[in-house]
Amino acid sequence: MCFSIGIDIGSTSTKTAVLDENGTPALLFVQPTGWSSVDTAEAVRQHLIQKGYNPALFPCVATGYGRVAVPYADKAVTEITCHARGAMLLHGSGNLTVIDIGGQDTKIIRVQNGKIIDFIMNDKCSAGTGRFLEIMANTMGLRPDTLCDLASRGGSISISSMCTVFAESEVISLIGKGESRENIAFAVVDSIVKKVASQAGHLDMGNEVCLTGGLCQCGYVLQALGTALNKTIIADANGRYAGAIGAALAAREIRKKAAPEGRMDGVL
Amino acid sequence: MTRELPAQFEAFGAARQNGFLKVKAIKEAGGLVAGTFCTFTPLEILDAAGFSPVSLCGMSDETIPAAEAHLPKNLCPLIKSSYGFAVSDKCPYTYFADLIVGETTCDGKKKMYELLGKMKEVYILHLPQGENEAALDIWTAELHRFIAYLEEHFSVEITEEKIRKAAHVRNEERQARRALQQLQLHKPPMAWGYDLYKALDGVGFLFDRAEVLKKLNTLTGDLKSACAAGESPVPAGAKRILITGCPIGGVLNKTVKSIETHGGVVVCYENCSGVKAVERDVDEKDPDIVRAVARRYLSIGCAVMTPDSRRMELLRQLVNEYAVDGVVEINLQACTPYTVEAFCVRKLMEELGVPYVGVETDYSSGDTGQLSTRIEAFLEML
Repeated sequence: MCFSIGIDIGSTSTKTAVLDENGTPALLFVQPTGWSSVDTAEAVRQHLIQKGYNPALFPCVATGYGRVAVPYADKAVTEITCHARGAMLLHGSGNLTVIDIGGQDTKIIRVQNGKIIDFIMNDKCSAGTGRFLEIMANTMGLRPDTLCDLASRGGSISISSMCTVFAESEVISLIGKGESRENIAFAVVDSIVKKVASQAGHLDMGNEVCLTGGLCQCGYVLQALGTALNKTIIADANGRYAGAIGAALAAREIRKKAAPEGRMDGVL
Repeated sequence: MTRELPAQFEAFGAARQNGFLKVKAIKEAGGLVAGTFCTFTPLEILDAAGFSPVSLCGMSDETIPAAEAHLPKNLCPLIKSSYGFAVSDKCPYTYFADLIVGETTCDGKKKMYELLGKMKEVYILHLPQGENEAALDIWTAELHRFIAYLEEHFSVEITEEKIRKAAHVRNEERQARRALQQLQLHKPPMAWGYDLYKALDGVGFLFDRAEVLKKLNTLTGDLKSACAAGESPVPAGAKRILITGCPIGGVLNKTVKSIETHGGVVVCYENCSGVKAVERDVDEKDPDIVRAVARRYLSIGCAVMTPDSRRMELLRQLVNEYAVDGVVEINLQACTPYTVEAFCVRKLMEELGVPYVGVETDYSSGDTGQLSTRIEAFLEML
C-alpha cells in the first residue's frame, strides 16, 4: 500500500494526515505548534516513523505558516490550496466555498469545478481569527470550546472593538461589571462571526459553504456564521485536518512525477 | 548659495553619502533641483525653466518614526516616509532641492505638502480631479500660473520654444521607456519584472536626459539581442502577472520579488512609474504648447480622478495586450482613493475573466509572511 503524508504547521497547532491510496485517512494527529516549528516538525517525523509512515519513504507535503520549516517535506504548498483540496475530499464536492478560521488567518476560498477561483484572507489584523477567540477565552479563564458552548446560551450584548487588544479590555470591563459569562462568550463569538461575514461579503459564495479549522466542531459557531451569511454551513468531523489532508493529496502528485514506479523502496 | 552637507553626514552609509555629494556638485555647478512626488508633475515646464526634476517619493520605513512625530499613524506610508526624509535631512534630493512641487492629488499628500512648506520652498499645483474641457482650462491656467511663479521666483525665462523642445526630449524618453516595457509582450518576457523596475527607477536619478535616453535604449537593445540569441532569463512556464494599484517602490521585495520567486513574472506595471506614466506623449505640433502639456498630464488614469475611467480602460487594454494570467493589485495602507477603487478593479477583472488578488500593505516587514502566503496561493491557483 502506498501512503502520502500532509503536515499542516499552523500558528497554534500542527495537524498531520496520512492518506492511503484511496484517499482514506490512515492516521490523523494534532499537537500544539509551540514556539519552534522546526522542533515540532521533528516531533511529527518521530511520531510518523513510530507509526510506520517514515516520511523518507512516502511523499510528503508541508503547508501552513511553518511550511518552510519542514526539512524532510518534498514540497511546500500554501494552506489556501491545501484547505480547498482537503475540504473537497471531505465533502465530496468540487463546488463549494471553504471558510477556514485559523489561528492567525481567516481564509474564505471559492472552489468551482474542483479549482480555486478566488480567495480572501484577512490582513495582518487578528480580528475574526482563532487567535482572537483564544485570547478572549484565556481572559475569561475558559477553554475555547467551553466558550463556544457558553455562547449558545448567551445574547444581548456585543463587543465593539475589532482590535484584539482593545477587545480584551472590553471583555475585562464586562467581567468587572458582572456581566454573565454566557453573554460575554456570545459577544466574543458574535464579533468573530461578524468580521468573517464582512470579509466574505466580497465573494459570491454559492450554495455549499463549509467550515474547516479548529472551530469547525463548535456547533454554535456554525449556527451563528450560518445566520450571519444566510447560508447553511456544513462541517466534517475531520474538518480541522482539512489543510493536512489537502497537503497529503498534493503529495500524491509528487509520487507520480518523481517516481512513477512507486516509492516503497526509494528515497527522494 | 549651496547649502552645506547635513550635520549627520558622516554617519550615513556610502550610497547615501554619494547621493549627497552628487547633488551638492550639481548645485555647485549652478544647477537647480526640483523635487517632485507625482506622475502628474508637468516635467516639461521644469525642464524649460532649467530645473532638474527628481522624484522624492519615500520608499523606506526608516524615516516613518520621525514623520509620525508630526503626522498621524494611520496615513499612507509613502507620505509618511517622504515627509520623514525631509524632516530628518536623510534624502539628498529633498535636502538640496531648490523647490518641491506638489499637486492636489490625494488628501494625505495635500496636507503633508502644507507642513513641508514650513521647511522648504513648496509650490502646489491645483490639479482638477476629472478630465473634460472645463478641467483642461483650469489645468492649463494652473500651468501658466506655475510658469509665472518659476520665472519670477527663480529669475528664469520660460519660452514656448523651450517648452516645445522639452516636450520633444521627454517624448523621446517616454518612447524609450515604452519600448523597454514592451519587451515583456514577448513570450516568454525578455526580463524579470523586478530587474525592469529597478532599471526604470534607477534612471530617474540621472539628470542628463541624453544619458538617460542612451541607457534606456542600450538596455532595450541588449535584452532584444539576448532574446534573439535564444537567451531568456524567464522560464516559458512563468505565470504572466500585471501589477496595478499604488506606487510600489517601498514594497518591491515583499510583492514583486515574492511573485517572481514563486512561479510568476511581472510582465506589466500599470501603476505609477509604469505604463500610465509614459503611455501618452505631448503633441509637440500643437500651436498652444502649454495646453498640449496640460492635456497630456490630465489624461493620466489615477484613482484621484473621478470618474477614473482612464485607468479602467487602460487595464482592460493591458490585460489583453500583455496576455496576462493574473492581476495583482498592490495598495498602500490608508490610501483612500486606491483602496476604495479596488472594488471596481476586482469587478472589472471578474468581467474580463482574469484572476485577481488585491493586497494592502505598508513599508514594515510585519506582514511579509501573510503577504507571501497570499501571493503564493494566488500563483498556485493560476
